[in-house]
Amino acid sequence: MNGPLSTATIAVALALGVWYLIRTALDRRPTNTDLWAMLGLGALVTVLVIVAIVGLVTGDRPSDTMTFVGYLLTTVAFAPVAVYLARLEPTRWGTLILGVAALVLPVLVLRLQQIAEGAASIAGVTGA
Amino acid sequence: MPEQPAHTRPRDAAIGSGLGRVLLLVYGIFALSASARALVQITTHFSEAPVAYLLSAFAGLVYITATVGLAIGGARGRLIALTSCTIELIGILVVGTLSIADAVAFPDDTVWSRYGSGYGYVPLVLPFIGLWWLWRNRPR
Repeated sequence: MNGPLSTATIAVALALGVWYLIRTALDRRPTNTDLWAMLGLGALVTVLVIVAIVGLVTGDRPSDTMTFVGYLLTTVAFAPVAVYLARLEPTRWGTLILGVAALVLPVLVLRLQQIAEGAASIAGVTGA
Repeated sequence: MPEQPAHTRPRDAAIGSGLGRVLLLVYGIFALSASARALVQITTHFSEAPVAYLLSAFAGLVYITATVGLAIGGARGRLIALTSCTIELIGILVVGTLSIADAVAFPDDTVWSRYGSGYGYVPLVLPFIGLWWLWRNRPR
């Protein structure tokens, strides 16, 4: 896993998540800017996942490759699914969907880092 | 573009819209994570803790049915969601309590272990929100 890229993704996701939660509290539906911002985060995540896949092919594989690939697929699908659902819901709850997705993504990236480091003990505690 | 206040939800809207769509996403996430976890556990090291892994699979199944119930909506979807949210509530309370009281019986974690502490206690809060949502949108 690429450290700086992961950190940047987590920072952007957290900032966006807070923004969406504020907008939800203000009873705002997702604007086009909100949706595009989520897609931008999705693009950043996609780059991260591609870098991880390249690392998987060329470098060391984590001990739990199957879980790692599962997490990669989930992570890359997250932002598009959130945007799809948010577009179906032009109310404050659509904004909350974007907020939930933006706040779950950092967790997924952190788990990817843990698995990539092959931290078997941590994986044993928090599971797949 | 001047900002419009968000639309309010009509009373007869489907249970899978409004806040229900947020629940749909969260239940979907747990359906995926619990069943993927169970799949990995059962296929790679089932013999280590069969009870815990079967519980993981069961939890995954409960989350899947809750997601499906919310998604299809109507009287049938409501009943499916109601049943699975109730099982989910019982599951998190029983497994959560047992995993603390009798740690030996749970050598490896499930989604519901220690009241879902590995998942930020969301599995503990989720059935309450789900049941409240279904109650709030009960047919009348």
